[in-house]
Amino acid sequence: MCGIVGLYLKDPTLQPQLGSLLGAMLLEMSERGPDSAGFAVYRDPVDGGTVKLTLFHPDRHYPWRTLTARLGDDLDTPVDGEMRATHLVMQVAARPEQVRHWLDAHHPEVKIMGMGEVIEIYKEKGSPEQVARRFELAKIAGSHALGHTRMATESAVTTEHSHPFSTGLDLCLVHNGSLSNHNRLRRWLTKRGIRFQTDNDSEVAAGYLTHRLREGATLKEALDAALRDLDGFYTFAVGTRDGFAVLRDPIACKPAVMAETDAWVAMASEYRALDSLPGVEKARLWEPEPATVYAWGR
Amino acid sequence: MNDNTIHYLDLDETPLREMNQAFHHMGRDRRGHWRVINPRGRHAVAVGLDAPLTVEVDGHVGYYCAGMNQQATVLINGNCGVGVAENMMSGKVVVRGNASQSAGATGHGGLLVVEGDAASRCGISMKGIDIVVAGSVGHMSAFMAQAGRLVVCGDAGEALGDSLYEARIYVRGTVKGLGADCVEKPMEDEHREELRELLHLAGLLSRMDVNHFRRYGSARRLYNFDVDNADAY
Repeated sequence: MCGIVGLYLKDPTLQPQLGSLLGAMLLEMSERGPDSAGFAVYRDPVDGGTVKLTLFHPDRHYPWRTLTARLGDDLDTPVDGEMRATHLVMQVAARPEQVRHWLDAHHPEVKIMGMGEVIEIYKEKGSPEQVARRFELAKIAGSHALGHTRMATESAVTTEHSHPFSTGLDLCLVHNGSLSNHNRLRRWLTKRGIRFQTDNDSEVAAGYLTHRLREGATLKEALDAALRDLDGFYTFAVGTRDGFAVLRDPIACKPAVMAETDAWVAMASEYRALDSLPGVEKARLWEPEPATVYAWGR
Repeated sequence: MNDNTIHYLDLDETPLREMNQAFHHMGRDRRGHWRVINPRGRHAVAVGLDAPLTVEVDGHVGYYCAGMNQQATVLINGNCGVGVAENMMSGKVVVRGNASQSAGATGHGGLLVVEGDAASRCGISMKGIDIVVAGSVGHMSAFMAQAGRLVVCGDAGEALGDSLYEARIYVRGTVKGLGADCVEKPMEDEHREELRELLHLAGLLSRMDVNHFRRYGSARRLYNFDVDNADAY
């Protein structure tokens, strides 16, 4: 069992409250996922030619300043970094691949959680309440966000096994369910150049979407293809630069409920996670159909 | 105490477990009208009731609302999560909004009315309960249904009545697909009569014409394993 929440704000005046609204939703999903939690926030877009990365190292005293200074020297470009518990959000005026190669070569101990122009991904072991507090989620503003509370069934409980998983620039995936063909798919994707950090089944789903998108598929096409190639149970929420998408498997055992008002669109594993949203009593509420892609965005 | 007073229970103040236990301890003959406010999607609201009470819930509820119900009438002025009225034995449960999947699962008796739509697996493994849905039902409804009646005034999703036993299904709209061993059967007078009765009990008879419904049931070919049927499993 896991919990998923997603919130997309249509009304920009709500943006300062994004983190506190998502935090309340995440907290309500604690029983569905008490062992780890994570969230992706879309905010503060960087200028063209600049890339934003979220990095993770388990040591709270990791020398991030040394890393950013060296990176700046080697690439001859300014590097900005903002620490948030065990994570660093870094802005570099360089191409994403350049930064990734530099990190692989010089700091293989650092994990890249997410990359793009808007996305920031934070995740950790611990209860949703602890994780939200550690990263000060309530203070984070933004346009939209996804969150996940994890109850591990398929693989270990570590920060790296937690959700959201990055699936490409400004894309991420959260998953409730379990995949049964992930080992075969992981081998198939590895041969096609997709790299995996863990033995987690959800990471394979993320890798699968990354692969399809790299091949040139639209997000809708990639999710339609996932219906064919992924075997197992899933409700997915996919964060995109401009919004988010939701997909349930054809059997639809894993729950999902959606709600929309003039001010926001939200999804959650259970209605109770939506109950704290402003104006929910007037919201249009529905359950997404199986094997149907739902997408929102500007 | 049997009077016309409406008793209010606020789930923001009374813990859910305390409320359910209070209902359980009222005695099996207790009557009265309780109104539950601020359910906020909580699970297991008003489960295990066994008295001729009326419990009205104002708002959306989570999983298993009115599960295992006996005797009581539970009215939900909102939507329901998974498994509303699951394993109901008797009494009546009315959902004024929509119901999520597995509504009325394994129910032995009583009447479940969903005034909106019900999602997938509505009436899964029903064992005698009657379910009337004013809207549509999702895929695999009445899966392995053993006894009771399922009435769908809207449409039914894929694999309706898969591996059905003796439950009867009535659908007014379209059926996306029938499950293994589920077939359409002729509507006789006795079926129109039973359907009229069910629609009447659900308060829908004035809006429906029983002649617009079709009847589905088991072809009874899968009761015992036969290797010639292996493809159907």
